[in-house]
Amino acid sequence: MENILAFIYEYKEPIFIIILSIFLGIEVISHVPAVLHTPLMSGANAIHGVVIIGAIIVMGHAESTLPMILGFIAVILGTLNVVGGFVVTDRMLEMFKKKKK
Amino acid sequence: MIGSYILEISYILASIFFIVGLKMLSHPESARKGNIIAAVGMVMAIVFTILFHKKDGQSIGNIGFIITALLIGTVIGWGVAKKVKMTAMPQLVSLFNGMGGACAALISIMEFPHIAHGGEYATMFSGEVLNILLGLVIGTVSFSGSMIAYGKLNGNVGDLRIKWLRYVNMGMLLVIIGFIGYIMSLGTIPPGEAMFLVYTLVAISVVYGVLFVMPIGGADMPVVISLLNSFTGVAAATGGFLYQNQAMLTGGILVGSAGTILTVLMCKAMNRSLLNVIVGVFGGGGVAAEQGEGTIKEVSLGDASVLLSYSQKVVIVPGYGLAVAQAQHLCHDLEKLLEEKGVDVKYAIHPVAGRMPGHMNVLLAEADVSYEKLVEMDDINPDLPNTDVVVIIGANDVVNPAAENDPSSPIYGMPIIKAHDARNIIVMKRGMGKGYAAIENMLFFNDKTRMLFGDAKATLQKLVADIKEL
Repeated sequence: MENILAFIYEYKEPIFIIILSIFLGIEVISHVPAVLHTPLMSGANAIHGVVIIGAIIVMGHAESTLPMILGFIAVILGTLNVVGGFVVTDRMLEMFKKKKK
Repeated sequence: MIGSYILEISYILASIFFIVGLKMLSHPESARKGNIIAAVGMVMAIVFTILFHKKDGQSIGNIGFIITALLIGTVIGWGVAKKVKMTAMPQLVSLFNGMGGACAALISIMEFPHIAHGGEYATMFSGEVLNILLGLVIGTVSFSGSMIAYGKLNGNVGDLRIKWLRYVNMGMLLVIIGFIGYIMSLGTIPPGEAMFLVYTLVAISVVYGVLFVMPIGGADMPVVISLLNSFTGVAAATGGFLYQNQAMLTGGILVGSAGTILTVLMCKAMNRSLLNVIVGVFGGGGVAAEQGEGTIKEVSLGDASVLLSYSQKVVIVPGYGLAVAQAQHLCHDLEKLLEEKGVDVKYAIHPVAGRMPGHMNVLLAEADVSYEKLVEMDDINPDLPNTDVVVIIGANDVVNPAAENDPSSPIYGMPIIKAHDARNIIVMKRGMGKGYAAIENMLFFNDKTRMLFGDAKATLQKLVADIKEL
């Protein structure tokens, strides 16, 4: 029990961020028109590509071969998520714009 | 030292950019800018991490490899995203989502041996271990689930509708929880010793992800992708927790919660609950509307073109069949041709037409159909009684009147486009196959309905040629 309490105490800042971000995420999305569901999902998909930072950190401190290989793959996968996600979202939204004039 | 300051500030800015970007993405006018803003935040976070990140005083090494990997990912990601056909977009989103999940899982695998923070022994019963294992499981499930969703949308993977599978799934979930508990109960050991268990956990999670998505029908894949999208967000956030990295934390949780809400909104558009999507076996068992009341009446191309040309008001109801046949450009040609003849043409867009909410709008936009012509379901329905002809192209369940008048139908209660209110109905269809919900559509037996069988593209081509001749 003390273990858990100490953990919460030690990580109080990230826990704050998590709680506030949850409410923020709900607030930001709640009034979106159905037309935008797909681009929004795709855009959010690109944003969670931020996981690539973790991949870069792991790769940056990898010393033996296996972590190097796994890290290399992780960075590639993360980049695919980020770049592909943003580009495909932009492509979708580009079309919305063109027809609006 | 100054580098660390810059790094932390760049993470704060990146978080703000993500939030503002997401906010702007939820409004039509600002959406594109919002996407770019979020991308700028991402690039900033990545660049400053490479330049200034330090762990125990050590800067990021292997920079050559990192940049090579970044370049490979960028070239492939960019190329695929630019080239993919708009109809194949939902599965691409699923694919990219899976990549993110796999990335998060790999991070957990690699960091697990380091959980002892330089020491040899680590206490397994700790929040850190729980966090890293959760990241591992969620990331892996998101990866394998997304791959199955990709396969289903791409048509490589069929549905597996076995009733008892849901019990297997619940059992597997319990096994995963038990396994995490077991690893945490190992006491204080060198983390390396638990690696075998960690890999086993990965294997179980892969299988769980597959079995989780397998029984869910292809039509429900958008909901599943949205759900898995929020899973990956949470997995990314566990990474943020692990590294005490605010950008990863905010970005991940933001997507996690926004994704969950989005999933719920999508379910609402189909008038179903999330639970119903996940465990419900949709269609199949429906005893709805027996066939045989009334007969199917076909219409010749010539009659159809005359009917359309001499109408005042025509409403086109596009469905996924139109997109599959790649016929959206021809559809636009038909619209232009009729407009030249003085016919008022509009498109009725059901919120879940296509494969994802908003998908149909994107597909028609690609064919240069103007924005004003796309009318949402609720706005077009009151107009339909004054409409001369409704042309239904490759749509089925979204115009099925059973949703309104047959309480025994599995789609009862789903809002529909009330095509049956129009004076005439022309249905373009490949054959008498049923829609995704696998139920009979009484609209096809309606007295006002005429069927035009054949591939949407070929039929439209002939129809356009025929109207030109008139």
